[in-house]
Amino acid sequence: MSVATRRPAALNALILGFLAIWIIAAAFPFAWTVWGSFKVEADFFSRQSWWSAIEGTRTQAQTGSAFTLAGYAGAWVKNEFWKAAINTLIVTVSVTLISLTIGTLGGYALARSGSRYAFWILIAALIFRAMPHITLVSGYMLPFFQLNIWGVLPTTIIVLVAINQPFTLWMLHSFFLSIPKDLDESAMVDGCTRFQAFRMVIIPVMWPGVITTGLFSFLLGYNDFAVTSMLLSQENQTMVPKIASFLGSIQNEGNVMYAVAAVVSATVPLFILVLFFQRQIVSGLTAGAVKG
Amino acid sequence: MLITVQNCDPFGCTTQTKVDTEAMAKLNEAQPLGQFVGLANYLNRNHLAVEEIGAILADNKGFSDVVSRIFNLPFYRALSFTLVYCFLVTPLAMALGFAIALAVNTLPRLLKGPAIFISILPMIITPLVGSLLLAWMFNPAGILGATLQSLTGDPGLSLLASPALAWTVLIFYGVWTNGPFSFVVFYAGLQTVPHDTVESARIDGASRWEVIRHVIIPHLAPLATFVALVQLMDNFRVFEPIVGFSAEANATSLSWLVFNDLVGQDAQLFGSAASTSVITIVGVLILLAPVLRRTWREFNQKAV
Repeated sequence: MSVATRRPAALNALILGFLAIWIIAAAFPFAWTVWGSFKVEADFFSRQSWWSAIEGTRTQAQTGSAFTLAGYAGAWVKNEFWKAAINTLIVTVSVTLISLTIGTLGGYALARSGSRYAFWILIAALIFRAMPHITLVSGYMLPFFQLNIWGVLPTTIIVLVAINQPFTLWMLHSFFLSIPKDLDESAMVDGCTRFQAFRMVIIPVMWPGVITTGLFSFLLGYNDFAVTSMLLSQENQTMVPKIASFLGSIQNEGNVMYAVAAVVSATVPLFILVLFFQRQIVSGLTAGAVKG
Repeated sequence: MLITVQNCDPFGCTTQTKVDTEAMAKLNEAQPLGQFVGLANYLNRNHLAVEEIGAILADNKGFSDVVSRIFNLPFYRALSFTLVYCFLVTPLAMALGFAIALAVNTLPRLLKGPAIFISILPMIITPLVGSLLLAWMFNPAGILGATLQSLTGDPGLSLLASPALAWTVLIFYGVWTNGPFSFVVFYAGLQTVPHDTVESARIDGASRWEVIRHVIIPHLAPLATFVALVQLMDNFRVFEPIVGFSAEANATSLSWLVFNDLVGQDAQLFGSAASTSVITIVGVLILLAPVLRRTWREFNQKAV
């Protein structure tokens, strides 16, 4: 790359300028909202000038300090956002574990099977992966009402697993395809049963793939709004529908800052996730692209 | 079907209005709920609106009148926004992602990690949360909304009042949140571009732009088709931003129509939601057809 590395200064400036604009566009909404969540509403939504959101003039006047935890206290304590956080934890962890269990077994079977029905299962999975989640929910609701299982966490977990499974199957299927067949064949020659070969030989090699798929299952459960908002009753809500309900009910009372604080709280786990698993997320997206 | 009954006990009488179950049962027998209606749900005003379209086509004042009147029908309004969003956001986000990938690729190794970290945040964020972040900033009293008002000199400019601004901001959000996906895929693709080819093209006198145009873009073309198809599918189900931006007065999408039927205040319109769902699924299948064909061909090659 000796020729290509010597770029003219103007081009370098252009590249850096473009990147700077993008980085600001990507990061500024987060930084701004985190900063604003420690202010009062009159500052974050200032009628006079957005500069007061930075200095916190009204916050100082109302609370005596430039930063206030009023938004967080209102959301977490008064409006019981902690309950929603616990529900989210239950839902996402269950969705991830169940999806991975079914997905590894199913993906392995599909990857090793040459028969025609394997193809049709994968095609069906692809079609279901493409469907808008809400269209599936509309069919579930009436039966759930009649069976009287609407509004509880287990139902939602099952539906989320069902929605997530096509993706998990595809992704794990392509990871399993990248592991040579010789590996399980030699394990079976050495006396393993098919399941032992899967558990003791293939899965240890598959860990990176399993972790990556698990991350995306986690994100699906965590980010979902369509399913959780339709299928959970008021008291069982997870974080995302809870935030949406803040907007409906609290905005009238002038306490939109609760929603701001809740939004920031719901973003923190995602930040941590990206911080630790950036490599896996990137490799997962590209694995899907290159193989899928 | 309400009756007023008087309850008397030792402490006095209270009147109470309640549903007359007997009369209700009779009425239900005469006209049962949950009848089979054939295609009525698909053809009524809230969906394909066949009669209304016929009326508009039969009696109108020119082409623009037809367009504006069809646009007022809820289903076609949602369909037009969904399609515009889908086919505008997808190419714009891919172009943005490609540009970021090229730019990040020139950074020194030490800066690449943080740049990638920040770049994938808009993609990983919960869609509802992401749209709320931007919606608050575009609020007339928020930083961007206020700036826009002072730039245009229009103090009434807001997301709720201006359909044009609402569409622009929704598409801006779409590009912001979808760009990183293209970036990640293209960035990984850039790592596999053979150095020798690039270098020999440079020695042969190709400019930087020509290298991108004739070496890098052809190399990434298969990835680009993959990204385009995934993004079209994902953008077709645009839903959360409309809730987050409270843009339903100016822009609705097919998924949002289903959602709206299901959260209805007094009655949930299951039939209506189901027919919108089926129409949406048909749309997805049309978008998906090329992928299905490709997968079918690949599978047949593998089997042989």
